[in-house]
Amino acid sequence: MKSIIEKTQRLIDEVLEVYPEKTRKLRAKHIKPNDPTGECGSACQVRSNVKSRPGVMTIRGCAYAGSKGVVWGPIKDVVHISHGPVGCGQYSWWSRRNYYNGLTGIDSFVTMHITSDFQEKDIVFGGDRKLEQLCREVKELFPLAKGITIQSECPVGLIGDDIEAVAKKMTEELGIPVVPVRCEGFRGVSQSLGHHIANDSIRDYILGKASVEKSSPYDVALIGDYNIGGDAWATRKILEEMGLRVIAHWTGDGTLRELALTPRAKLNLIHCYRSMNYICRHMEERYGIPWVEYNFFGPTKIYQSIRKIASFFDDYIKERAEAVIAKYKPWMDRVIEQYRPRLEGKTVMLYVGGLRPRHVVGAYEDLGMKVVATGYEFGHKDDYQRTYPELEEGTLIYDDATPYELEEFTKRLKPDLVGSGIKEKYAYHKMGVPFRQMHSWDYSGPYHGFDGFPVFARDMDMTVNNPTWRLIRRKS
Amino acid sequence: MKIKDHMELFQNREYQEMFEKKKEFEKPCSVEEVERVKEWTKTEEYKKKNFAREALVINPAKACQPLGAVLCALGFEKTLPFVHGSQGCAAYFRSHLSRHFKEPVAAVSTSMTEDAAVFGGLNNMLEGFENAYALYRPEMFAVCTTCMAEVIGDDLGAFIRHSKDKGKIPSELPTPFAHTPSFVGSHINGYDNMLKAILAYFTDKGSTNNESINIIMGFDTYTGNIREIKRLLQLMGVSYRVLSDISDVLDSPNVGEYIMYPGGTPLEELKRAVNARATVALQKFSTEKTGEFIREEWGQEFIAGPMPIGIENTDRFLEEISRLTGKKVPEEIEAERGRAVDAMVDSHPYVHGKRFALVGDPDLLLGLIGFLLEMGGEPVHILCSNGDKHFEEEANILLSSSYYGRNGKVYINRDMWHLRSLLFTEPVDLLIGNSYTKFLWKDTGTPFVRIGFPIFDRHHLHRYSIVGYQGVINLVNWIVNTVLDEMDRASVNTQSFDVIR
Repeated sequence: MKSIIEKTQRLIDEVLEVYPEKTRKLRAKHIKPNDPTGECGSACQVRSNVKSRPGVMTIRGCAYAGSKGVVWGPIKDVVHISHGPVGCGQYSWWSRRNYYNGLTGIDSFVTMHITSDFQEKDIVFGGDRKLEQLCREVKELFPLAKGITIQSECPVGLIGDDIEAVAKKMTEELGIPVVPVRCEGFRGVSQSLGHHIANDSIRDYILGKASVEKSSPYDVALIGDYNIGGDAWATRKILEEMGLRVIAHWTGDGTLRELALTPRAKLNLIHCYRSMNYICRHMEERYGIPWVEYNFFGPTKIYQSIRKIASFFDDYIKERAEAVIAKYKPWMDRVIEQYRPRLEGKTVMLYVGGLRPRHVVGAYEDLGMKVVATGYEFGHKDDYQRTYPELEEGTLIYDDATPYELEEFTKRLKPDLVGSGIKEKYAYHKMGVPFRQMHSWDYSGPYHGFDGFPVFARDMDMTVNNPTWRLIRRKS
Repeated sequence: MKIKDHMELFQNREYQEMFEKKKEFEKPCSVEEVERVKEWTKTEEYKKKNFAREALVINPAKACQPLGAVLCALGFEKTLPFVHGSQGCAAYFRSHLSRHFKEPVAAVSTSMTEDAAVFGGLNNMLEGFENAYALYRPEMFAVCTTCMAEVIGDDLGAFIRHSKDKGKIPSELPTPFAHTPSFVGSHINGYDNMLKAILAYFTDKGSTNNESINIIMGFDTYTGNIREIKRLLQLMGVSYRVLSDISDVLDSPNVGEYIMYPGGTPLEELKRAVNARATVALQKFSTEKTGEFIREEWGQEFIAGPMPIGIENTDRFLEEISRLTGKKVPEEIEAERGRAVDAMVDSHPYVHGKRFALVGDPDLLLGLIGFLLEMGGEPVHILCSNGDKHFEEEANILLSSSYYGRNGKVYINRDMWHLRSLLFTEPVDLLIGNSYTKFLWKDTGTPFVRIGFPIFDRHHLHRYSIVGYQGVINLVNWIVNTVLDEMDRASVNTQSFDVIR
């Protein structure tokens, strides 16, 4: 084992010392030094997508969060029912910033909290009849809704409700699709299974049920972009300038019809691989549609991705792709010229979900910053395999990290910037470590595309270099 | 270099054109149809349909029991909230509270999954205790449940005993527990159940009587309120303890270090609570079971509410404290009262006769109604998604006590979509509620003052007090200056654009 890898391994061992033996052994499998070469073998393979240990304060969420909160929630012309007690819908109410155009409460419903608000009698007698009544009331009060989804919360699956039967009956009665989603929070080990279940429900109930009026050879679908702070819009702009026609958004600022007509795409472009690879694989098998992963964080990755996407098309697109790069490069260079001197050499520690633990590495590098530790809340093996080559040897990689581990690693690695979520944010503020939320973009954004990178650069600078950090008077 | 973020970027023509073009694939409803339905939702006809709903709940102003239980548990020294059930719930509680307080919130989950649904969550609890104790070294675990654990019927008492028997945690470690089903009541009941459980656990009648009083804030998310109450009691020279004191836990100083347990009611103090002279709860509806317990099991005088919001409610609170302790209200506080009344007198023309819609928890609403009536403001629509018949009755008595309450109507078990209809059919001048009420501000244009929980989209409001005489000045400030801001906006193109008001 190389010394740099050994050094990181010692750091890991030290931090895990405090755990009870069984948990220590299990956690050790989830935290590894990076080995981009593969020479280190299984000793550097991060174990993932297994149950969180009870009591460690996992940062993970649940299947409902993955379905209602991530995949289905942004579909704007559909009413999403949080089916069960009141809390789940309350805590996930407009917390993800999936921007959309539309008139809320009239033809769009993203920022609403719509629930069956289960009471004890619903648990005892079942909620199916209430659900039927509820669907009718949705149709009556929101006549322009194009569909309804039933996002199951824990009790639904435990009391044996038959939401599929209700959905079938209501689809016929109301004349709009009513989609049952079995995303009860106890299913699976994290929000990840919720993504998968949501993908499957789109596949089973919606996909292929509409078509474009006239096809073009340049039809693509934008998959796995939730339009946080307008990310998908900044992406769409580039794709359109390349000459491509974006026929569907999955799912930021998306509509039911776009989901339905996606199989007409010539190529599926996937950003968040973790949450939507399922539907891409399905469309590849069922319709023969190829799919390509891309990365629109930071100019280096954007240029590479534009060329990679263009390579699937003819010279017309390839030429336009080059023209797009030529158009934006001087501006991107100016952004780097302005911010790189303020950020050069700064180190970053990440702990996020989805695609970000690897996808933002290049954007930081564009600014002269280095990622010294990263990890996924709910990644799988294929995410880690895609991560190893992006990082230097010996970089710390953790899976389903606990607040205890994050704090200890932070103390030892002393990063200049940490990017994680709301639950971590204020602990870092107390530690006096510059911090950005890398789920919600800390209420900023977009971060994708050419319009996003300047915002990203500005935000990292404002956080790393803000003078308030220096006012903290440390006790010790 | 001018950098445009989402606030400006998408208003650019190129993006606006892009949005138009995207409609080719969206196939949205026609502009006319959207306009027609939009106008229809403002009508009496729509209101009737809206109020005829039996199953559908839209934008309710309430959360679930374990959130309240976690908040309550956080108010005790070195206490780790321990949530038995699905792990997503604990993640949600932590996020939700962090977004409001802008503070770290610690709580662990037993991460129950499908196998636990079949076999029960005992193993999850055993390992959960062992891991959490090793990592976070609490001096108390306060255990509550998610709906998963409640539906499958896990026996908390037996599980906890078993955990101690197996040596997963020290047997002397306090582990009060409360069943907090999310399909019963709301966050205020979860607070109540957890507090009762903690007090019951620490009931040790053997200790000697003391002259102090216990203070319970209730489900109160203003750290400023706790600091204000403590200040008043100190000025009076009263010996007291706050039971569940979140002020230093959820408003901790930045010392360059993350301290997981930065404050809370000391457990030694908690033990003395049983022998206090009396317990004064500032809220009534979030302390019903706790109060019953204190009266019956401790045989202690228990006084609950009204929340000391406004002059008379604060007078009443201080009089009660005075009566219970024999301490006089000092001149300093009397002067504060005078200043608060002075502020109300000075500002009354901008509140008198103004129609208000209110959204909130029962105790908060009763306090706010009282305060508005004192200033000649007219509460018109009072929405309490988690209010019961007793609340409705009490609010109606309060409204009928004043000329200014004559137009007030109380809506329990209703939601903000009902209120939307009311705001269109019977408009008001001002709206008071939590951050989610801003959607009503957007739809109806009613000027909006943020008071309540959660407040996500304004910073630091929770650090101010809304109770006591100081709280009166803060409330007058927020309400009157919202009215004045609105007058400026409304008069910007008219002669009425005054500089002195």
